[in-house]
Amino acid sequence: MTNKNTPDDKNKRDFLQVSTYVLGAVGAASFVWPLINQMNPAADTLALASTEVDLEQLEEGQAITVTWRGKPVFIRHRTKEEIASAKDQLLDGLRDPQTDDERVQNEKYIVLVGVCTHLGCVPLGQKSGDVKGEYGGWFCPCHGSHYDHSGRIRKGPAPTNLEIPQYSFLSDTLIKIG
Amino acid sequence: MSKPKFKNPVVNWIDYRLPIFTFMNHELNEYPTPKNLNYFWNFGSLAGITLVIMIVTGIVLSMNYTAHIDYAFDSVERIMRDVNHGWLLRYIHMNGASFFFIVVYIHIFRGLYYGSYKAPREILWILGVLILLLMMATAFMGYVLPWGQMSFWGATVITNLFSAIPLIGESIVTWLWGGFSVDNPTLNRFFSLHFVLPFVIVGVVILHLVALHRFGSNNPIGIDVKGKQDTIPFHPYYTIKDLFGLSVFATIFAAAVFFFPNFMGHPDNYIPANPMVTPAHIVPEWYFLPFYAILRAIPDKLGGVLFMFGAIMVLFVLPWLDKSSVRSSQFRPLYKLFFWFLVIDCIALGYLGAMPAEGIYVVLSRLATAYYFFHFLIILPLLPKIESTRPLPVSISTPIITASSNASTVMAMREKK
Repeated sequence: MTNKNTPDDKNKRDFLQVSTYVLGAVGAASFVWPLINQMNPAADTLALASTEVDLEQLEEGQAITVTWRGKPVFIRHRTKEEIASAKDQLLDGLRDPQTDDERVQNEKYIVLVGVCTHLGCVPLGQKSGDVKGEYGGWFCPCHGSHYDHSGRIRKGPAPTNLEIPQYSFLSDTLIKIG
Repeated sequence: MSKPKFKNPVVNWIDYRLPIFTFMNHELNEYPTPKNLNYFWNFGSLAGITLVIMIVTGIVLSMNYTAHIDYAFDSVERIMRDVNHGWLLRYIHMNGASFFFIVVYIHIFRGLYYGSYKAPREILWILGVLILLLMMATAFMGYVLPWGQMSFWGATVITNLFSAIPLIGESIVTWLWGGFSVDNPTLNRFFSLHFVLPFVIVGVVILHLVALHRFGSNNPIGIDVKGKQDTIPFHPYYTIKDLFGLSVFATIFAAAVFFFPNFMGHPDNYIPANPMVTPAHIVPEWYFLPFYAILRAIPDKLGGVLFMFGAIMVLFVLPWLDKSSVRSSQFRPLYKLFFWFLVIDCIALGYLGAMPAEGIYVVLSRLATAYYFFHFLIILPLLPKIESTRPLPVSISTPIITASSNASTVMAMREKK
């Protein structure tokens, strides 16, 4: 090579150009991230993320709805027949196969996020006069999804069972959701 | 289209129907720019970028802000403590306002020094003064939003300026407030206007750019471009120069945001607004101080307001006050001297605006105010009659080439042309 400098210069220029673009992109991204991330839940919103519920007054066959993270949570004190029907159900033919034991911590109480897994409506079935659907659990009036005593999807467009929130029993009748 | 302008056929297809690429190529790429621009010509693009930063951070802040007297202060504190990166966004927006004024004031004094307001750029200049007025209104209303003590009393004092108008003044103030004092309706309308005015500014900035591109930038020696030899394409020469300036600016801006974010603010604005107690020493943000000094210098309510607004109004008619046909201070020895007097006078006014209105400060404020108007209304119109300007170069290229080593030969070549 007679002129050694030319390809070297080109390499230097390429390096400078590429490193400038890369640093510029990193800088731009580090400015854009706060603009996007400010829309995520703020610290005070995250701090309100747990709810405690006392179940002592909840008689067999009754249900209550509590608010957790702005969403309804269904708690139902199941009767013996309801527990039996939930436990005896064969997993064959279930859209989202789960045993009842996988879905409860204390078989008397079923705790569910009361939001239909189809498009987010609140299913009926908490009040005594409500339509409970063909399987006796919950029925979503928006698009006709039927849930059983374990909150499992049995019929209708919803793809999965009603979601189980994170919760724990602080005592026999005190429950902490979240 | 006889011959395609762009390599990319999709770009060509679109450009034939919507000549957006031709437009961008013409105005941002090949746009002929005087080749002798110095770093003072960076401040126009810096101001534009700062405007974009303010709008972007402002939009995300508004997603977390509540425009109600009971919640505004707390919602700002929530932004500072709880919202992800909220402290960063607010500090950028808060300091951005100060930096916007720093950049724009330098931009304006650049225009004054190099005579950029003279024919044929009068409308360009007037649009610029209009942008300054809009910026002041926007900054003032933005300062009210956190609903601290300075917000509240700043709003009270500034809106009360309009009560100086004879006969209808009181009604106008009531109308501005939407009540009988600065209260929730005032905060609501200020938020609405603070949100919309920046987009009005964007509109005027576009007109400012259209007017600029009609005759192109002025330049340090202030003579017209005589031909292609006096210009270079905007890209890459000035895009890279603007980018370099931007990175220096961004470094200083970031230093302020991260290391002294409250340096240019007032601690009193971290006290929630209290309509029953005025802070002992109330001053506006630094960028309003020179005008505030003028307001206080005049011992008459209406007079003070008129002189304060007059200080801006005089800029609107500046192209007709300065009758000298020579633009750049480089060839106007006397004007250059008076320019620097004006700079000192404006800084002095800014200092005096921050001082209490008593004793020697009142006297000095009056002298500085008088000199401000003396400069524009007396010195500038009279100056061309007594000033002997230096001879102007033949062209922008001439002084550059004369300075080079083989000046004589090149000069000779150029003379032949």
